[in-house]
Amino acid sequence: MTDSLDTRAAAATPVRVARKIRGLSDRAIAWIFVAPTIFLLLAINIFPLIWTIRLSFTNFKANRNRDLEWVGLRNYERILGDSDIWLNMQATAHFLFWTIFFQVLIGFTLAYLINKKFKGNDLWTTIIVLPMMLSPAVVGNFWKFLYQPQIGLFNYVIAFFTGKEPSSFEMLGSVNLAPWSIVIVDTWMWTPFVMLICLAGLRSIPDYIYEAAEVDRASKLRQFFTITIPMVLPFLMLAVLFRGIENFKMFDLVVQLTGGGPGSITELTSINLKREAFEKWRTGYASAYAIILFVTVFGLASIYVKALNKVKER
Amino acid sequence: MSSFSVTEPSARSKWFAGTLVILYALITMVPLAWIMLTGFKSPSDAISYPPKIVFEPTLEGYVNLFTTRTRQTPEFLAANPPEKWYEEIVREYDMVIAGPSKFGERFLNSVIIGFGSTFLSIFLGTLAAYAFSRFKIPLADDLLFFILSTRMMPPIAVAIPIFLMYRQLGLSDTHLGMILLYTGVNISLAVWLLKGFIDEIPLEYEEAALIDGYTRFQAFYKVVLPQAATGIASTAIFCLIFAWNEYAFAVLLTSGTAQTAPPFIPTIIGVGGLDWPAVAAGATIFLLPVMIFTILLRKHLLRGITFGAVRK
Repeated sequence: MTDSLDTRAAAATPVRVARKIRGLSDRAIAWIFVAPTIFLLLAINIFPLIWTIRLSFTNFKANRNRDLEWVGLRNYERILGDSDIWLNMQATAHFLFWTIFFQVLIGFTLAYLINKKFKGNDLWTTIIVLPMMLSPAVVGNFWKFLYQPQIGLFNYVIAFFTGKEPSSFEMLGSVNLAPWSIVIVDTWMWTPFVMLICLAGLRSIPDYIYEAAEVDRASKLRQFFTITIPMVLPFLMLAVLFRGIENFKMFDLVVQLTGGGPGSITELTSINLKREAFEKWRTGYASAYAIILFVTVFGLASIYVKALNKVKER
Repeated sequence: MSSFSVTEPSARSKWFAGTLVILYALITMVPLAWIMLTGFKSPSDAISYPPKIVFEPTLEGYVNLFTTRTRQTPEFLAANPPEKWYEEIVREYDMVIAGPSKFGERFLNSVIIGFGSTFLSIFLGTLAAYAFSRFKIPLADDLLFFILSTRMMPPIAVAIPIFLMYRQLGLSDTHLGMILLYTGVNISLAVWLLKGFIDEIPLEYEEAALIDGYTRFQAFYKVVLPQAATGIASTAIFCLIFAWNEYAFAVLLTSGTAQTAPPFIPTIIGVGGLDWPAVAAGATIFLLPVMIFTILLRKHLLRGITFGAVRK
């Protein structure tokens, strides 16, 4: 793609014209255009990454003024051997699995229904999308209000339909319910994203495929499983990838909602990392933790992308 | 052809689908509607059981959001009758308004940092995207992919070295520091999206301009920029929404002068516990612009979301 554009651009600038151009050559312009971005990316993305790697081999504490001491791989050994961190990983896995499960289920269903092109579907799609545009921290904060045991709307509605006392269960305070409270809010907020991607997938299926199936007298159910599902699958898998990466990093929503509690039941890895880095100030240790998380998500995402490409090729 | 098409859903299935989708949309709006209502309740109505749908609206939450108040002696209150309507509201609690709260400042910070970083991301991003699209730059695709992958880092992980770096450079808790940080986070996605939009612009326009004697630079801003305007607009919306909503960096790297609204709103505390109407009022004022924006610009926005995701 770029090759053909380049050669054509070069061909489009004959020597005679090129000479006439006052000022800079294409090459110079290219570098002037790219340089500030590269500089910013180096400063904000690459340099901090390298610095984090370096710090992860030290016992540096950002709140103390003392020299770095190299500790080799000790931070990594301690993290991987720490059973509490495995609990945080489990909490994260629970959160990841169920949010993705519900978002795929509801998101795909909604997209399928919207694709029936009923009157006014544009407007309703926009309304459904609203939650994902909002600030997760503020959303977490106001869901905390809805979840209040005595006065909250959520408890009241559940109590209304189940006949239980609204103060008999605490979504945020109980060890059994708190992990589900964050799943509910995340699903409320991000189902629209999965829905939009699925909708793009459904709309990319050309009508003639269904028309051909109809000619072949394939039943609607059969069309759904042999045309709709396989054609939407690559889109759906992409949506899952993005939600997976985002929820692996999840911090703002949950920190406002539960703060990791009760105890550390909803302490996702990012919240744990924040405690180590900015409350206990174990900067070196937290850096090693950050690198482990980065490698984990990068590794999982790479494997997933390989699978995704296989599905696409089919 | 559409009325005879086999792919056109029947009227009944349309009606069925429409009902379900509208039902979902209405349920999903309940939490948002509830917060907006709570902003107009008095503190006692806000925490009443059962929850009140019908209540006497008051602007107390909004007054409490924008002011700080102190309790006064009856003599003082008698000697100084309230002058403005908002002074009367706080009088019911034997209080007087001591001054403005920090909310106005925090909201303004959100505006400055949001628009500042969006402008910078789009300015630098468009230039870079054009260069990546039209010139041969060694390793361009690998570089972009690598930089996009750094977005897989949890923000807290990135915040550790940025915190140390900003402390050294004196950028902690400054507008400039936050603008640069948000630009750095946004720009990789901005370049990626914009490159897609610029790739779609036919090269012929520029070729014609170059032959007509335009310089490369003139061809860029007189021919390419207007063509890419829609793409630039939808990319800008994404940058703005990210910066507007961002919490993790803001809470770790700012504490006063440059603090934005998201870390501030949850800390609004009234007398004797959380002042829920004031919190709800703050949330409403902060979220409403994004909601209006989303509805007005839905076409660009929805296209941008799917375009960005599917391209990656």
